[in-house]
Amino acid sequence: MPDLLRGVGVGVGIVIAPLVRMGRPPALPAPQRVDDRDAEAERARQALAAVSADMSARSRQASDTTAATILDALSMIAADPELTDQVDDLIDDRTGAPHALHQAFEGYRDMLTEAGGLMAERASDLADIRDRAIAVALGLPMPGVPDPGYPFVLAADDLSPADTTGIDTSRVLALVTEGGGPTSHTAIVARALGLPCIVACAGVMGVTDGAIVAVDAEAGVVEAGIDADREAELRTRAALLEDQLSAAGGPGRTRDGHPVALLRNIGSAADLDGAGDELEGVGLFRTELLFLDRADPPTFDDQRLMYAAVLRAAGGRKVVVRTLDAGADKPLPFLAMPSEPNPALGVRGLRLGRRHPEVVIEQLAALAAAAAEVDRAQVWVMAPMVATPDEAAWFAARARAEGLDTVGAMIEVPAAALRAREVLAEVDFLSIGTNDLAQYTFAADRMEGALADLLNPWQPALLDLIARCAAAGREVTKPVGVCGEAAADPALAPVLAGLGVTSLSMSARAVPAVARALAQRTLAECEQLAAAVLAAGSPEAARALATVTAPASRHDGSEAAAPASGQARG
Amino acid sequence: MVQRVVTVGSASGLHARPARLFVKAAAAEPVAVTLTVAGKRPAKAASMLGVLALGALQGTEVTLTAEDGTGGKAAVDRLAALLATDLDAVDDAAVEALLTEAVAPDA
Repeated sequence: MPDLLRGVGVGVGIVIAPLVRMGRPPALPAPQRVDDRDAEAERARQALAAVSADMSARSRQASDTTAATILDALSMIAADPELTDQVDDLIDDRTGAPHALHQAFEGYRDMLTEAGGLMAERASDLADIRDRAIAVALGLPMPGVPDPGYPFVLAADDLSPADTTGIDTSRVLALVTEGGGPTSHTAIVARALGLPCIVACAGVMGVTDGAIVAVDAEAGVVEAGIDADREAELRTRAALLEDQLSAAGGPGRTRDGHPVALLRNIGSAADLDGAGDELEGVGLFRTELLFLDRADPPTFDDQRLMYAAVLRAAGGRKVVVRTLDAGADKPLPFLAMPSEPNPALGVRGLRLGRRHPEVVIEQLAALAAAAAEVDRAQVWVMAPMVATPDEAAWFAARARAEGLDTVGAMIEVPAAALRAREVLAEVDFLSIGTNDLAQYTFAADRMEGALADLLNPWQPALLDLIARCAAAGREVTKPVGVCGEAAADPALAPVLAGLGVTSLSMSARAVPAVARALAQRTLAECEQLAAAVLAAGSPEAARALATVTAPASRHDGSEAAAPASGQARG
Repeated sequence: MVQRVVTVGSASGLHARPARLFVKAAAAEPVAVTLTVAGKRPAKAASMLGVLALGALQGTEVTLTAEDGTGGKAAVDRLAALLATDLDAVDDAAVEALLTEAVAPDA
């Protein structure tokens, strides 16, 4: 009998592959007095050499030069002659290899921390190299993302940002973690990488390395202990799902053809490289890239050229441009922005226009100039962090004065969502930024992992605000879109469509799964689901409604799946 | 004994890319070179950790020391020149070229 492990699924996809666990940082054994000094020194030296070789190999494989340089520097640290001398000295005093490594690294960690600034940032790298070396000396697998040499399912307690930068998607096919939740770092990275993922999956670290498992992200299930027959059956299902996903391109539609545009989030024209005919448009073009990390403001022409490049790449499709979203959290050196005690609540987004209206106005003028020079350009422009109808009116007047006709407001502040109807009287469309809207609605810092449950896009209060905006849009037939994490969640897509949201904007990788989820229900079914979800008492209950009633196995596609899985057709 | 005093030229100090480049060059020298910064423990030039722990910033005075004899003076000269260069200001290709040059001084 196969073992079923259940967790919370993120994304869509069935992966059947060997599971490999990420090593945990090793615990130091009780100190033991060394008898054979030379053997012990050799053990330490070999551990350091193995770590150095591993880092060096990773450096050569890294696609990004910054990462390659850092990994090479780490390789040099593991092979450091001073460090090796110190470890030798400690072993001369009859300290065992693991403890000698630990002490030698700790000495340098203190020195770097003392040196401060940039040097102190390297201190955490030392801890990582130390843990790796100690693990090797103890005969354990190195902590960090493993590379068994074949494609695999990565299992871990949880993944940190440092771990996820080391994920090579040609090797790692799916992620399963014991910890985390649907909005934790692991889930966000899985969505960005387009990897099937299951979080909060108790027991997965108990599976043996190398055992074949099947990960079904949509069902939130890991199946271990499968025999050849079951594996063949699952592979058929996986192939079928793959076909459905690749067929799910094209414009976003409910099963009965109600359109919900599936747009893209981009930061520059390069993000549209490889976008084919199925591209429906850009729902969020973040313009900060040109402004950050520079001492002087970009010139009018710098801006015009960059915007024109994006409009050209979009080839006549709609591009929703968000004006500069900077603040004390993302400061612009050339504006000499004072630091603020609470940047998230400070002068950011459109509020920048209070101090520096010339920056906003020049950006609008450059955008209008870009639109004029690109054939068939379809420019929509919107302001971030709008709080009141007056702010929306101020922005709309400036944009229209520059000749930009389609003007919108982002809904990230609860005040604006509560007054969506009045805001919409001033502009042509709304775009709901769910990440910030959740942060401000729940008074929960987006960066604070401990508050992830409050930032869950299934929170009823957040969905209430989205519903209010969508209803305001329906009243006057103006578009209301969603960008942010919520828009990329396939299970949430029918709910948002049912609430009356007219477009969803996400990364390219998220599009097929969202398109497929929408195509499984009629608009009326989406509306029923949305009403049921709004009535749910908690995010868990809301999400369960959407997943339990997901008609994935009932509709198109079940014909081929049913005989293999032995299920009756719905 | 040969000694030279130079000030660090790299904008980010003797850190990250500059440190990596410098240590690689030092490791390729046939003689051991020691770096001294006032108030810090002397470091082997070929030790990444030792060099990082010097905490040398742009403008910090660093003394390079090597034994007289085979290649000592040449090594100190080459490494001193590297230390005085702003390695942050040169692009990746130039850094790699400098590195190849430093690693293969006879070529």
